Amino acid sequence: MAAVTPDQLHDHHHGPTGLMRWITTTNHKDIGTMYLIFAFVMFLSGGVLALTIRAELFQPGLQIVQPEFFNQLTTMHGLVMIFGAIMPAFVGFANWQIPLMIGASDMAFARMNNWSFWLLPPAAILLIGSFFVPGGATAAGWTMYAPLSVQMGIGQDMAIFAVHIMGVSSIMGAINIVVTVLNMRAPGMKLMKMPLFCWAWLITAYLLIAVMPVLAGAVTMVLTDRHFGTSFFNAAGGGDPVMYQHIFWFFGHPEVYIMILPAFGIISHIIPTFARKPLFGYASMVYALAAIAILSFSVWAHHMFTTGMPAVGQLFFMYATMLIAVPTGVKVFNWTATMWRGSMSFEPPMLWAVGFILVFTIGGFTGLIVAVAPIDIQVQDTYYVVAHFHYVLVAGSLFALFGGAYYWLPKWTGHMPDERLGKIHFWCSMVFFNIAFFPMHFLGLAGMPRRIPDYALQFADFNMLATIGAFGFGLSQLIFIVVAVKCVRGGAKASARAWEGADGLEWTVPSPAPYHTFEEAPVVR
Amino acid sequence: MRLAGRVAAPVILLPVASAAVAQSIPSKFNLPPPVTPIGAQIYDLHNLMLIICLVIFVAVFGVMFWAVFRHRKSRGAVAANFHENTSVEIAWTIIPVFILLGMAWPATKTVLDMKNTADPDITIKATGYQWKWGYDYLQGEGQGIRFVSNLSTPRDQIEGAAPKGEHYLLEVDNPLVVPVGKRIRVLTTANDVIHSWWVPAFGVKQDAIPGFIRDAWFRADTEGVYRGNCAELCGRDHGFMPVEVHVVSQQAYTEWVARQLAAGAASDTGATAQGATPVPAAPTEGAAQSAPANAAPAGN
Repeated sequence: MAAVTPDQLHDHHHGPTGLMRWITTTNHKDIGTMYLIFAFVMFLSGGVLALTIRAELFQPGLQIVQPEFFNQLTTMHGLVMIFGAIMPAFVGFANWQIPLMIGASDMAFARMNNWSFWLLPPAAILLIGSFFVPGGATAAGWTMYAPLSVQMGIGQDMAIFAVHIMGVSSIMGAINIVVTVLNMRAPGMKLMKMPLFCWAWLITAYLLIAVMPVLAGAVTMVLTDRHFGTSFFNAAGGGDPVMYQHIFWFFGHPEVYIMILPAFGIISHIIPTFARKPLFGYASMVYALAAIAILSFSVWAHHMFTTGMPAVGQLFFMYATMLIAVPTGVKVFNWTATMWRGSMSFEPPMLWAVGFILVFTIGGFTGLIVAVAPIDIQVQDTYYVVAHFHYVLVAGSLFALFGGAYYWLPKWTGHMPDERLGKIHFWCSMVFFNIAFFPMHFLGLAGMPRRIPDYALQFADFNMLATIGAFGFGLSQLIFIVVAVKCVRGGAKASARAWEGADGLEWTVPSPAPYHTFEEAPVVR
Repeated sequence: MRLAGRVAAPVILLPVASAAVAQSIPSKFNLPPPVTPIGAQIYDLHNLMLIICLVIFVAVFGVMFWAVFRHRKSRGAVAANFHENTSVEIAWTIIPVFILLGMAWPATKTVLDMKNTADPDITIKATGYQWKWGYDYLQGEGQGIRFVSNLSTPRDQIEGAAPKGEHYLLEVDNPLVVPVGKRIRVLTTANDVIHSWWVPAFGVKQDAIPGFIRDAWFRADTEGVYRGNCAELCGRDHGFMPVEVHVVSQQAYTEWVARQLAAGAASDTGATAQGATPVPAAPTEGAAQSAPANAAPAGN
C-alpha cells in the first residue's frame, strides 16, 4: 500500500528525504499511506492474538495458554483490532480520498494531520508493550469493565494511556475531516453533491468528536479508582459498577457506527462503479447515514440488558435499537436497487462489495435478534454475540476496507492490482470467514459463554471447525500483502479513470495521483 | 395496534409448533429446550424472529442474486439509468417498521413477564465470588440453608491428564436444589467483581453486581438437572464457575431441606446449614464483602 514511487515525486517534492520525509510529512497522501500501513501491521498483530485464542479453543481442556493469559489475549485482540486496525484504516482512507474526492489540495490542518498519525505508534507500543510488564497485559476485556479492571496490574494503566492517546489522535483526525469537508470543497460541490464516502466520514467525524471524550472520561475514572482512592465504580465508597458500563457504552455504541459508516460510504462508491449505473437513492442514503448516527446515541444500554435495568428501560432501549434496522435496511435496499438492471462486472472491488452486503446483512439480522431484550438475555455474553459482531466488524468494516483498497489501489500506485490474486483473496476470505464465524451462532445459542479458555464437551465440534476457519482466514490475508507489494512495484498501468464505470473527481487526476493535486480547485458543474 | 395485532397473529401460531418440537429434541443448533414459561417464550420469540429474518433475507438476496446472474456486462446487459423513486423509498421504509412492530409486540409481553418477580414461593440469594457461587435460601421452604458451590471437575481433566467426564466444566460439588413448579426468585449480588448467574434452560441470566442486589425469577416445570455458567468476564477462572440446578419433586425437596437443616455444620463438603433465622448477607467463607449486600432490590 505504499504510495507514489520517489521518481514520480521529484517534480514537486523538495522536503527532506528518507525517514525524515515520513516523520515530517504534511502531505495527505503520505499520511494516508502511513495510516494504512500502520493499520495493516496492527491487523496482523491482532490476528496473531486471535489465532492464539482459536488454537487454545481447538479442543476442550487447557493446552497452549493458561486462563490468565487467555484473558489477556481476548482483551488485547479487541483493543488492537478496534483502536489499532479498523479505526486508523478508515482514517487512512479519509486522508487519501477526501481531498481527492472534494477537489481540495490537502487536508485543512496539515501539521495536525501529521501529529494525529504520529501519536499512534507510541500508543501501539504502550499497548503491545504491556504484554511484557509484570502481570502482563490487561485481562479485563476490551470493554475494561470496573471493578475487574481495577484489579488489574500495570498493564491496565498502559492500556488506559494508550486509549487516551489514540482518542486524542482520533479527535484530531475527526476535526481535520470536518473542517476539510465543510470548507475545502471545490466550487460548485454543494453538500448534497458530495461523494457519499465524504458524507459518511463527515457524520462519522462528528460521532468521534462526541464520544471519544466520553471514553477518555470512563477510563480516567478507572485510573483514579485504581490509584487515587476515588470510588466512582466501587459501591463500598458510594459508587456504582454499572455506571462504568453506562459511560463506556455511551461511547461504545456510536463507536460501532464509527467503524461501519465509512464502510457504507466505500460500498456506495464501488457498487455504482461496477454496476455502471448511478446510485439508486443518493439523498435517502445520506438521510439513512444521519439517522443511524443520531439513533446510535440512544441505544447504548442494549449492551446492558442483563445488568437488570427497569422494564421501562429495557423496552425503551429495545425499541430504539430495533428502529436502527430501518435506515440500515434502506441502505441494503438501495444497493440492491443500484445493482438491479445494471451492467455488472465482478472485479475484486465489486466481489468484496457484494460479499460485504451479503455477510454484513447476516450480521444486521443477528443484530436485530439480539436487540430484542428477552432473546438478548439468553445470548448476551455468549458466542452468539461474538459471531454477531464479527459479522459486522470483519465482514462489514474489514471487507469494505479491502474492497476500497482494491478499488483505489490503481489511484494510489498507478498500477492495477493483480485481478486473479485479488479474487483468490476474496474467495478464501469469504469461505474461511464463514467457516470460522457461522458455527459461533450455534455455539452461543447452545450456551457457550464468550471469553472462556475451556468449554464443555458439547461445544467441541463447532469450536474445532471455527478454529480451522480462523486459521484459513488469517492465512488468506497474507495474499493481500502479495497483491499490495506487487501493485506498488508494477503491473498493468492504470489510466486516470482506472475502472470503466468510475465517477468522481479522484478519477480526473492521473494515476498514480501526483504528490500535489488540485492546487487549482476544479469546478464542479 | 390492529395492524400490529395482525402481524402478531402468525406470531402466536408459529411458537405452538416450534414449542412442541423444542420440548423433544435437544439441539446443538438452537437454544436449549426451555423448562420455564419465560424460557419457552424466549425460545418461541427467537424462532419467530429467525423465520422472519430468513424470509426477508431470501427475498432481498433473491433479488440481488438474480441481478448478479442476469444483469452482467458479460451477458450483454446494458445498464438502465433509473434512480430515485419516492414511492418505492417510502415503501421500503414503512414496511419494515410494521414488521418491527410485529416483533416488538410479543417481545414486550415477555419483558414485562420477566421483570415481574413478585410473589415468590422461595427466595434464594446467589452471590458471585472469584470463582464460585454462594447460595442463601432467604425465604420460603428451606429458609436458612446456605452453602458454597464450587466447580467439581478435577484439575486432571482440565489439564488433559485424565479423560474428560460427561459434564466436564458444568458440574459442581453442591448444586442448587429447588422444587418443581414453584416460583423461585433469585437475588444476585457479588463479592468482588461483576459475575452473571445464568441457566439457559430457565431463560435467566442476571448480572451479579458487587454492592447491589438485582433479581430474576423462574418456575421450572420439569424435574431434572440444568446447567449454566458465569456469563460475565470475572477474571482468571471465569470459565470455571458453573451453575448447576437440580429441579426435584416437592417431596424430594422437603426431604432435602430437612437433611440440610438437620445436618447443620456436620457437612464436610462445604455445605453448612444454619438455624431457621434469616442470617444477614455474609459470605460463608472468610473474605469480607467489599460492600454490604443488603440494599433493597433494584431494578423494578
